[in-house]
Amino acid sequence: MKTIIFKTASTYLLPLLVLFSIFILLRGHYLPGGGFVGGLIASIAFVIHSFANGIDQTKSIIKFHPGFLMPIGLAIALLSGAAPLLIGESFMTGLWFEEPVSVIGMVGSALFFDTGVYLVVIGVTLTIIFTISETL
Amino acid sequence: MIVAILSGFIVASMIPILSKLIKGKGSILLPFLPLALFAYFISFLPQISNGIPIDRFYSWVPSFGIDLSFRLDGLSMLFALLITGIGTLVFFYTFSYLKGHPYLDRFYGYLSMFMASMLGLVLSDNIITLFIFWELTSISSFFLIGFNNDDPNSRKSALLALSITGLGGLFLLAGVLLLGATGGTYSIQELLSQSEALKSSSNYNWIIFLLFIAAFTKSAQFPFHFWLPGAMKAPTPVSTYLHSATMVKAGIYLLARFTPVLGGTVEWNTTLIVVGAVTMTYAAIHALFRLDMKGILAYSTISALGILVFLIGLGTEQALLAAGVFILVHALYKATLFLVTGIVDHETGTRDVSVLSGLRKVMMPVAIAAFLAALSNAGAPPFFGFIGKDLIYEATLHLGDWAYVLTGAAIVTNVCLLFAGLLAGYKPFVGALPAQFEKVHLPHPTMWVPPLILAGLGLIFGLFPSLIEKSIIQPVFSSLVNNDTLIHIKLWHGFNIVLGLSLLTLTLGAMLYWKLKPSESLLSKTLRFEVISPKSLAEKFRAFFIVLAQFWTGFFQNGYLRNYVITILGFLTLLLGYRLYQGVNLYIDFASLTDLTIYEVIVVIIMAVSIIFTVFSKSRLVAVASLGVIGYAICLIFLFYSAPDLAMTQFSIDTLTVILFVLVIYNLPKYKTFSSIGVRIRDGVLSIFFGTLIAILTLEVLSEPLNRETSIFYAESAYLLAKGKNVVNVILVDFRGFDTIVEITVLVIAAIGVFSLLKLRLKSIEKE
Repeated sequence: MKTIIFKTASTYLLPLLVLFSIFILLRGHYLPGGGFVGGLIASIAFVIHSFANGIDQTKSIIKFHPGFLMPIGLAIALLSGAAPLLIGESFMTGLWFEEPVSVIGMVGSALFFDTGVYLVVIGVTLTIIFTISETL
Repeated sequence: MIVAILSGFIVASMIPILSKLIKGKGSILLPFLPLALFAYFISFLPQISNGIPIDRFYSWVPSFGIDLSFRLDGLSMLFALLITGIGTLVFFYTFSYLKGHPYLDRFYGYLSMFMASMLGLVLSDNIITLFIFWELTSISSFFLIGFNNDDPNSRKSALLALSITGLGGLFLLAGVLLLGATGGTYSIQELLSQSEALKSSSNYNWIIFLLFIAAFTKSAQFPFHFWLPGAMKAPTPVSTYLHSATMVKAGIYLLARFTPVLGGTVEWNTTLIVVGAVTMTYAAIHALFRLDMKGILAYSTISALGILVFLIGLGTEQALLAAGVFILVHALYKATLFLVTGIVDHETGTRDVSVLSGLRKVMMPVAIAAFLAALSNAGAPPFFGFIGKDLIYEATLHLGDWAYVLTGAAIVTNVCLLFAGLLAGYKPFVGALPAQFEKVHLPHPTMWVPPLILAGLGLIFGLFPSLIEKSIIQPVFSSLVNNDTLIHIKLWHGFNIVLGLSLLTLTLGAMLYWKLKPSESLLSKTLRFEVISPKSLAEKFRAFFIVLAQFWTGFFQNGYLRNYVITILGFLTLLLGYRLYQGVNLYIDFASLTDLTIYEVIVVIIMAVSIIFTVFSKSRLVAVASLGVIGYAICLIFLFYSAPDLAMTQFSIDTLTVILFVLVIYNLPKYKTFSSIGVRIRDGVLSIFFGTLIAILTLEVLSEPLNRETSIFYAESAYLLAKGKNVVNVILVDFRGFDTIVEITVLVIAAIGVFSLLKLRLKSIEKE
């Protein structure tokens, strides 16, 4: 599927889709979206790029093995759950900053948790797809 | 106290770190763990002797009534002292016995774990905790019995022991749960006060049945006794520890512990008397024909356990006193004989009594220990065994109608046991020393001192019974009968019928020893009866089970995906079909449905066309693409009915699924049809049936009244409690956040699985 149109388009699509996925992640708490969908969209962005340019190209863009995103994401999710323990609340109590942050809006532990989910989903999807396409 | 109990586990868990040290000189330090524990328990002795039990309570799972509550009373004290005392000697003994063994560290680890489990078992006041420690003893003894894991026989024996005692463990779990449910508490102390209510409850027979099976499997009672001789494959220190003082006594402990709670009824007494009497005579007669010293001791141990069950079954105060004393008597002489056997085996390389003789000339201290133990076992005055035997006859003689039969059984058993003791403790050491054993020498003192100490105690306690009468035996007796009757044990009772019976036993035993010479031919004659023994029955059952399992697995788990799918669909079709056959409640209120829009019609048509394409296409790619189209169509339906989150997710997932399929399919060979037309018709029929049933089921769900409580709660609370307006997302990251954590963990595990399966396979192919 190495057509010139697809190839050219994928170069522009990749950053756009990744940005879009982050947008989806951030708005999740108020409007349709969230970490899971966001992660899937980001993965699709990378998969499209790899279809057009080959996996090696995509890998060189990511710089590291996407599998590393899994432990990072898990750790963020767990830590955001554990953070309330520090102030004596029970595990996974929702904590929020008083003032909204510009552009992003309200920031709370749930957002970090969702970011963890986002990273794990990207890591899992890309690991599986890259492994299968490299091996078979 | 919890530290004392858990110290064994702590040491065991530290063993891997200290492995180097233990394999070197460090192992001499380990015996000081049981020694310290022994001293710790001894320090409570004055208080226990005064009849004041010690309670320690640690909350664990209070909502289920499960607590780490420990109670040290007379019975627990006796067992705790045996476990730590004999444990100390066994630890020292192992130091020399397994010196230089490559897995010495592991051995000490298992042994410490086992000791801690035993301690927990005898000290638990909570029956759930008791069950947990009970299972821990089964597991740790599995490792000990199978310690020589390069020997297939050893592995088999370990597995047999684990399956029999593990089976008993399940019965125990059922028993304690039923007991707890009936009595309303899991604490033995509190159950004690409800003894009468328990005995008259309708569950009583079930409770004692379950507890009996547990005790009989653990304490090797007929017909579950056959795992014990097999367990002799373990190194001798293990046999000593497991079979003289600990593991097999756990069942006895269980029965003794529950005697004041559940005992005293006809069912309780009769069952125990019958099982105990059968076991003790059956095993004692078996012991006559063994040649292997360990085999002799194994059967005599089973027999001794039978005596204990029998005595607990008699249930009179005399019998319970006899049981309490006999536990100690047996532990002392049996541990000695096992340790001596280990020395003989270690130094000469054989345990065959028909070969061994005259060893006293080369290892005098060992011979002295063996003689003392054999005499105590024989019940010769003035040994402690004499007191034990006296008490047994005293108990059986006062039973009225059955006195003669039961006393007779006791005499037969004791005569055979006496013979067995002489065979293992006397015969190898007397007579002429064969030339092949002339180079045999005395082992390291850590090996021959322990049996000498134990055998010496057997003599001292016999000469001066007052040493332990008030301090140890009285509290044991009090916790067995649950009252404060004073007891008195002494060596000399004057000339009476009991003395006569003791003398008769001694004479008969001695005569038997001179008459009966064990040999290969006698052993092979008894082996003929093995065919109908419980052991071979159990092995046949095992073989049958393996065949059945192979057939079952081959039939259902043959590795073909199509087979799994057909099994699942077929089963679900049957289940759903049966459910719907019982009555379908289909009612569709067309008036309440919204009007059909043109988009919906179009989407449904697209789906129908795609399904036809998927099923009949000759190309894989077309089939996968049409599947994807169906997925997208479903997304549209989600969108129409205002579930944008679901639609987005479904859309992305569908895209990725199609990509994955394409990736895999790209490498498959060309599409071909291998299945016959019949198979395809069968599959088609099954699919149509299944789909129809699911459709009917879905329609039926519609006619059920909706319960909107949950969704209303989430919708109302999402912003108030979690500051989010997107309810779906709030549920995912907040209300059910814990689920999400577990889900993403599962995802990660799946990805690691895919990665390692494919990548590792690739590496091994590259190697070739």
